[in-house]
Amino acid sequence: MIRFFLAISLVCSIFLSFACVQKGGNGTTADTGDTIKVGVYGDLTGQTSSFGQSTKNGIELAVEEINNASGVNGKKIQLIVEDDQGRPEQAKTVVSKLINQDKVQAVLGEVASTNSLAAAPVAQEAKIPMISPSSTNPKVTEVGDYISRVCFIDPFQGSVMAKFASNTLKAKTAAILGDVNSDYSKGLTQFFEEEFTKLGGRVVTKEAYTQTDPDFKGQLTKIRNLNPDVIYIPGYYGQVGIIARQARELGMNQPLLGGDGWDSPELWKLGGDSLKNAYISNHYSAENPAPEIQNFVNAYKAKFGVVPDSLAALAYDAAKVLADAIKRAGGTDSAKLRDAINATKNFSGVTGTISLDANRNAVKPAVVLELNPSAGAFKYKETIAPEGSATTAPSSNSASGANTNSSANANTVANANSMPAGNAANR
Amino acid sequence: MDTFVQQLINGLTIGSIYALIALGYTMVYGILRLINFAHGDIYMVGAYAGFMIATSAGFAANPSAFGFVVTLIGSMAIAAAIGMAIERFAYRPVRKYSKMTTLITAIGMSLFIEYLFVFIFSGTPRSFPELLPSQNVTLFGNATISTSQILIFLVSIALMVLLQWIIYKTKIGKAMRAVSYNINSAKLMGINTDFVIAFTFALGSALAAAGGVLTAQYNPKIEPLMGIMTGLKAFVAAVLGGIGNIPGAVLGGLLIGAAETLVVGYGSYVGIPSTYRDAVAFAILILVLLLRPAGLLGSNVQEKV
Amino acid sequence: MSTWLRNFVAAAVIIAILYVINAMMSSTGFFGIGIDDYQARLLVFIAINIILAVSLNLINGITGQFSIGHAGFMAVGAYASAYFTVTYGRAVESAFGFLGETAASSVVLIVAIVIGALVAALMGLIVGIPSLRLKGDYLAIVTLGFAEIIRIVILNIEAVGGATGYQVPGYANFLWVGIFAVITIVVIHNIAKSDAGRALVSIREDELAAEAMGVNTTRYKVTSFVIGSAFAGVAGVLFAHYNKFLSTNDFQFIKSFEIIIMIVIGGMGSITGAILGAIIVTLLPELLRQLPDIQVAGATFRFADLRLVIFALILILTMILRPQGILGTREFGLNWLKRPMRTPEGKSPTGDDGGVPIAQQAEARHLESEEDKNA
Repeated sequence: MIRFFLAISLVCSIFLSFACVQKGGNGTTADTGDTIKVGVYGDLTGQTSSFGQSTKNGIELAVEEINNASGVNGKKIQLIVEDDQGRPEQAKTVVSKLINQDKVQAVLGEVASTNSLAAAPVAQEAKIPMISPSSTNPKVTEVGDYISRVCFIDPFQGSVMAKFASNTLKAKTAAILGDVNSDYSKGLTQFFEEEFTKLGGRVVTKEAYTQTDPDFKGQLTKIRNLNPDVIYIPGYYGQVGIIARQARELGMNQPLLGGDGWDSPELWKLGGDSLKNAYISNHYSAENPAPEIQNFVNAYKAKFGVVPDSLAALAYDAAKVLADAIKRAGGTDSAKLRDAINATKNFSGVTGTISLDANRNAVKPAVVLELNPSAGAFKYKETIAPEGSATTAPSSNSASGANTNSSANANTVANANSMPAGNAANR
Repeated sequence: MDTFVQQLINGLTIGSIYALIALGYTMVYGILRLINFAHGDIYMVGAYAGFMIATSAGFAANPSAFGFVVTLIGSMAIAAAIGMAIERFAYRPVRKYSKMTTLITAIGMSLFIEYLFVFIFSGTPRSFPELLPSQNVTLFGNATISTSQILIFLVSIALMVLLQWIIYKTKIGKAMRAVSYNINSAKLMGINTDFVIAFTFALGSALAAAGGVLTAQYNPKIEPLMGIMTGLKAFVAAVLGGIGNIPGAVLGGLLIGAAETLVVGYGSYVGIPSTYRDAVAFAILILVLLLRPAGLLGSNVQEKV
Repeated sequence: MSTWLRNFVAAAVIIAILYVINAMMSSTGFFGIGIDDYQARLLVFIAINIILAVSLNLINGITGQFSIGHAGFMAVGAYASAYFTVTYGRAVESAFGFLGETAASSVVLIVAIVIGALVAALMGLIVGIPSLRLKGDYLAIVTLGFAEIIRIVILNIEAVGGATGYQVPGYANFLWVGIFAVITIVVIHNIAKSDAGRALVSIREDELAAEAMGVNTTRYKVTSFVIGSAFAGVAGVLFAHYNKFLSTNDFQFIKSFEIIIMIVIGGMGSITGAILGAIIVTLLPELLRQLPDIQVAGATFRFADLRLVIFALILILTMILRPQGILGTREFGLNWLKRPMRTPEGKSPTGDDGGVPIAQQAEARHLESEEDKNA
């Protein structure tokens, strides 16, 4: 037994001798030569791999554009992509690898808040800035000042739809059908309910499903019996398409509401015509005729063969924000880069004008889009801006809010273009 | 009342799919005493095979009943071939080893198929083309049944009747029954057991693939990991009905489907949230194995020393 | 030297080595030499996986039962202890503050480990008593089902984070994880070497014969199940407090399968085999990440994405070509566990069975002799 242990120890020490590094340095990451290394992590082969792939694609497109335009401060960006299979433990491991082995100077990721929450402490401790393109749970940025995001957070998005339901659709009762496995879905459910109740509505029931459920008629039948004015389904497109179908089959024709998790080209194939009379809150509208957005959509389509979904757009913006911050910081010195990222104000991205607030969350308006299944596209409906920002008048919640925003709001140039409701730009 | 009927219809629809898959489990177990873990993944393979056939042969663009039939039969054939290949290359070499080894091989096979498909097709869910239009038929009150559900019932019943005919009215069926009774005696009687085993796998896989295509018609989302849960529940169904017993598999499948949907529909009245749906099947399994391990229709076989 | 002294010195040496490695993982390193965070993480995971593999080996390899829900017990231990440290950790630490900071946090960790182990053992008892009446295949599905139910239940408990995840204070470091890995190895080894271990092996080889010889099979099976689950719980506690974050996504089917792969590759009756399997399974995916992408017909092809396919393939090939794994039931180095009895009609003159357990040999020979009769 002892011989065995000594043998193992010998083997381990040989192994470890390769692993040893000099420690005790001051931990700042200097620029390594003439490329800037950026780490990307996401789910590329697991159950939510479509999200990870979209994110990776968006970032790759952005970096390609940046590098073709002679890089940042003359240096090209090199992407190092790792797969975490959607498992938080692996998310932490790959970020640790990216930071410690590959010596990246910044990290982009992840989509699922659970994975971002797992990995963020590693970046924070190592003092490497991390920008999440699409994690919406408020806790993610609470990890520390090196963690930021370019999307709005659940509390905002949940309340957006509640406001729309109550003020525009004049709904008095609502049912919520959420994904129990998804932190995103739970967050939206919670904040929708809060806001909707505050505005005088009543949530008649909250049902839940899991992503592996083969059908949803059980839950939908229960909802049908209560006959709510609207049904809020804050889940992902994979299930939402079927839910919409089955709801219509059961004769339920009330408006269906959702969030940015619906946004994917596959949604139309899964849901078909049952997606009429449905609305979602989203970051952007691909049919927004503003040239930056159309250029992005066309470039993405040319490179990847599909129309970008909101995750790809957010990832694109995250990469561009990072590049912009590197330029402003004059390098990738970690403290300066962090400050530059956190100071991002009025950055014009395809998902809106991005400004990071004191909590390093992006403050930007959400758009409410109506689904148009026959065109396989979203139709712009209205814009709802964050409360309390200096730009919004109290009545900005109404359907004509877009007007109020653009006049009072110096930074919503993009929104000004999206005003005309019936504008369905050709793709 | 009509809600209850609605829930029951939904449950029996899912149950028919479980029944189709459970038949494959029960047949293979009857013959080889092996739980083919990879069987649930054959269901997924069938759905993808159907998807490939439908999109490449152009049926997706021009939906028709003919297209549906060709897709169904085509995917059943492909799945049968794959099932036989799995048996030949992965299970036959380990047949002579202990049960644990074969079970581990089956688990490995299941993982292999799942992640191979993730690698090839990417984990993104795809949408199975709608080959037959789906409409709702109102039965009474608020209870509706859609044509795709009716299709599932009809095709499942047809296939099960076909299976019964094969097993009880053909020579190969007689051989299958003989091998499931006692494999060594069957060999002594001159039956080519290897061929019978291969045939059983083919038959079971074809049924699972049919289940896959039918489900994809009803719920168009297909993704590489869709077979895991469904396969496990179908296994529970086979055990519930009495593993090795063919009518039992059908009964078990329908019961599990109904139980699941009723728990989702009414469970909240007894404090079970609808998200415990998957736990229902496992709970049933545990109860069956504790109280009546032979299953509902199975017979208690004493172990001889 | 007396045995007692020898063991003491050995323990001291081992702890010293672990301490040095642990120091190397800290930010200042050990006299300037250190291990970076990523590799440190891998080492810790190797140790945790060793605990998992060795404990599962007790159930699957030595007793011959088939449990494929080990991740469930790990989860139970992890979450139970995490709840304790999150809610009461501070209080306990200040209560023991008079011992000094490291000692106080060690106390918290030890209490957490005890809690995790007990809860996991309890779960093992609940799962084991009804299930161990069942045979191989059924037991496998039932354990799988239980692990899933456990996971679904935990997922629905908001107090431990639900779908968002649970943040856990970091009381564990490599030193602790390493010490417990060693403890696990020593304990399981001693069990296997003892009379009780012989009884377990006899249950594996031929349960009916063991029962006939007066071995209370049910009691032994349940006991080994409970002990195995308790250690899985310990692994869970250490994982929770090192990773500082818990999510039910880390405890799905695939985790249980990974542990199974570890012991299968290493050899199911062998403790050193389990250790070897744990090392291979932890390091292999990371090695695959290092491989460069290859271009095939215009599409980039990443080896890292094929990780699980490769694992599954290794599992299948191992079963086909060498079902006893690398070490079979033998141990590396010392012959402390007697090989199965040689039979008079062994194939090779020395009766060397290559580490294949009797039950497997018996079936192979049975079928072969059948075919000989038919020929």
